[in-house]
Amino acid sequence: MSLCTELVLDITYHQVKAPLFLVAQDLTLFCICVNVQSQPASLAAEDISTNSNGPKQDSLFDDDPEDLFAEATEEVSLDSPERDVLLSDGPSPAITPITPPTSVITPRIVSCVFIEEEEGGDSFDIHISVSDPEKVGEYMTSMSLFKRSEFAVKRRFSDFLGLHSKLASKYLHIGYIVPPAPEKSIVGMTKVKVGKEDQSSNEFVEKRRSALERYLMRTVKHPILLKDPDVLQFLESSELPRAVSTQALSSAGLLRMVNKAADAVNKMTIKMNESDAWFEEKQQHFENLDVQLRKLHTSVESLVCHRKELSVNTAQFAKSAAMLGNSEDHTALSRALSQLAEVEEKIDQLHQDQANADFYLFSELLGDYVRLLTAVKGVFDHRMKTWQKWQDSQMLLQKKREAEAKLQFTNKPDKLQQAKDEIKELEGKVQQGERDFEQISKTIRKEVSRFEKERVKDFKTIIIKYLESLVQTQQQLIKYWEAFLPEAKAIS
Amino acid sequence: MSIIKPSFKNTGFNKLCLSYCQLRSVSVDLNHDASLLIDIPDALCERDKVKFTVHTKTTLSSFQKPDFSVPRQHEDFIWLHDTLVETEDYAGLIIPPAPPKPDFDSPREKMHKLGEGEATMTKEEYTKMKQELEAEYLAVFKKTVQVHEIFLQRLSSHPVLSKDRNFQIFLEYDQDLSVRRKNAKEMFGGFFKNMVKSADEVLISGVKEVDDFFEQEKTFLLDYYSKIKDSTAKAEKMTRAHKNIADDYIHISATLNSLAADDMTANKKNLEKLSDLFEKFRKVEGRVASDQDLKLTELLRYYMRDIQAAKDLLYRRARALADYENSNKALDKARLKSKDIPQAEEHQRQCLQKFDKLSESGKKELTSFKGRRVVAFRKNFIEMAELEIKHAKNSVTLLQGCIELLKSN
Repeated sequence: MSLCTELVLDITYHQVKAPLFLVAQDLTLFCICVNVQSQPASLAAEDISTNSNGPKQDSLFDDDPEDLFAEATEEVSLDSPERDVLLSDGPSPAITPITPPTSVITPRIVSCVFIEEEEGGDSFDIHISVSDPEKVGEYMTSMSLFKRSEFAVKRRFSDFLGLHSKLASKYLHIGYIVPPAPEKSIVGMTKVKVGKEDQSSNEFVEKRRSALERYLMRTVKHPILLKDPDVLQFLESSELPRAVSTQALSSAGLLRMVNKAADAVNKMTIKMNESDAWFEEKQQHFENLDVQLRKLHTSVESLVCHRKELSVNTAQFAKSAAMLGNSEDHTALSRALSQLAEVEEKIDQLHQDQANADFYLFSELLGDYVRLLTAVKGVFDHRMKTWQKWQDSQMLLQKKREAEAKLQFTNKPDKLQQAKDEIKELEGKVQQGERDFEQISKTIRKEVSRFEKERVKDFKTIIIKYLESLVQTQQQLIKYWEAFLPEAKAIS
Repeated sequence: MSIIKPSFKNTGFNKLCLSYCQLRSVSVDLNHDASLLIDIPDALCERDKVKFTVHTKTTLSSFQKPDFSVPRQHEDFIWLHDTLVETEDYAGLIIPPAPPKPDFDSPREKMHKLGEGEATMTKEEYTKMKQELEAEYLAVFKKTVQVHEIFLQRLSSHPVLSKDRNFQIFLEYDQDLSVRRKNAKEMFGGFFKNMVKSADEVLISGVKEVDDFFEQEKTFLLDYYSKIKDSTAKAEKMTRAHKNIADDYIHISATLNSLAADDMTANKKNLEKLSDLFEKFRKVEGRVASDQDLKLTELLRYYMRDIQAAKDLLYRRARALADYENSNKALDKARLKSKDIPQAEEHQRQCLQKFDKLSESGKKELTSFKGRRVVAFRKNFIEMAELEIKHAKNSVTLLQGCIELLKSN
């Protein structure tokens, strides 16, 4: 029996800095907001029966003959009224400095439906719809990245991995910090596939959905990545070619593992003469940050675990107190014990909710940044490799020059010419190598600065949210105990 | 295994103990009869042995001095309890439950684990954890002092038991009591008695009850005992989970502090504030855990033992009833055989007398027991709710303060 859960994601996003050539103008390129909505499985089941016979499904579906799921998707879009107001600003021929929208978030609603597909393979479909970019000024059409204002797409987990793989191969080696995709989990996915409608498989699904949402958000926040055609295709096109090379045990997967190992070895042997103290400092900083964040992550994971334990223990105590209340023969005390049991039951739910906040806000934030730091360290490594490549070309050039000098005294004109040609080529390579090195260094400086700013902002926003969740829990506790107090006083 | 041994001996710890002992949370204030006032103002912890200083103030002439103190060990308390249980005259009374043996296993084990994990923590973190463990040690210590004190106070406020000769010896005898304590044979006798008692439970259920009051009490106590035992265990698990969360906050606070130390940006202050928040917050959570422990877990635990003592009374009465019924049968047999009739009559009369005495005093005891229990539960529930509210309000203030600071930056 296949499992069908439908969720509509909800993310709010806000403005993105304008590209360089539009100096000092903030264009809100787009706001992605996704609405969370859950649809009962039964509804989807109905749809299955109606569509199960058709071999070719709606174009919104992946063309997979084994797809038994009907297109029971829910699209909800709410256009913000502000958008229309801004559009009505009369366009002027010159570059009109338009007061940028306030730095407050201008939310749009986007629906993202999450459908699971029964299929051999650890993927599931994600339906995303992205709202229209906020257009300000006349640079709309030229800057507009999206063809439509409202649309929805379905994506598999492997599609996300495929997207990341493409972006990594294009941008990592030139110094861009590409956000890493969520990790695969064979165990978790298998349980879901088997169709277990239990607590843990639901939790797994939610965990994954949330992780993918955050991944996507981080990716589109990056000004360069946002404009990448693969990203745009991912967000917009109704069908994506299946990304097969992302499977863990595929040949491509194995190749990746081998390459990773080779990289690790290489890193150890590169001894770079660091002329720029900034890089050394930053690398050290990220090393320290990595250690601390991992430690913090472990502590928070422990907190989540203990809070879940507390919730379970509180529930058990509540039941026990209820039984004790039943057994108690003094009427008023019996009533008070029953009330205590009720209070504790409510508190158990509080602890459960808090554990979720602990996890989804605090723990996942730290986990995400531990993974992001790996990407950051990666770009530093790429810079080292670029330097190494440049040095290698230089050394080779040196050798060739020496060889050419020697050839001068022999009578081998063709060999000499060949040597001169090779030298010319190598000189070009060396120049290129130097340029590449300078470029990657420049890019990394920018990227690191952006990353650090984002990191601080991210942490602050989420920590404040987390603290607010703690406040809410405590305020609820006050309410519950204040309600219990008169009951306790009533014992006579 | 002695990684760190908190040396309670020489510190101002004893003074701490004194101020805590004023709190009698589990039982109602028993020291209202000024003719015999008992408290434990002082205690020493040497290795695993706790030495209590039992202090008595009395106006009674039966004592040699009006104000005196003696050192006592846990085993002395057990001896006193057992002699009271074995005294026939007190069969119709609820003998206050013996205080449990001081148990430092849990904090000791944690201290050991802490020692093993020292390398993975910063010095500051380690110090904080150690402080927490010392506080836990202290809490166990305080609890054991309290429970021993309450035992004595229950005795001193009981009209019959306070006059017991052995009780007086316990309070007054200024030499080591261990010579007077159970020898191995006697201890085995006590153990044997306990074994027989559990068989009595079956006996009790089988005996036909003539009195409605006792029938009800029997049903109630047997059921209530198993329920309260369960609640005690579950409450303890709840408290422990709270404690674990408080400990997690220590680690989180410490790591945030390290992050702040490494941070050179404007974010440094935010991290410091956050670290500070978690440090304060964990203290509140710790208090929540220990208050819940005292007001709820210890309350349940105490009354669980008290109910066991009440059950013991029922067993003794049931045994007396069984004895009386047997004596009736023996009398009938004697009458049939026309042999030894006066002895059988006397025996039967005695059994009846004993049974009646037990029933009468038993009824009084059980009624006042219920009253005591209800009052204690009420008091503790009120105090627990008030403390929970206080701590939660404290937490809200702390958290909101931090949120304000973070937002304003």
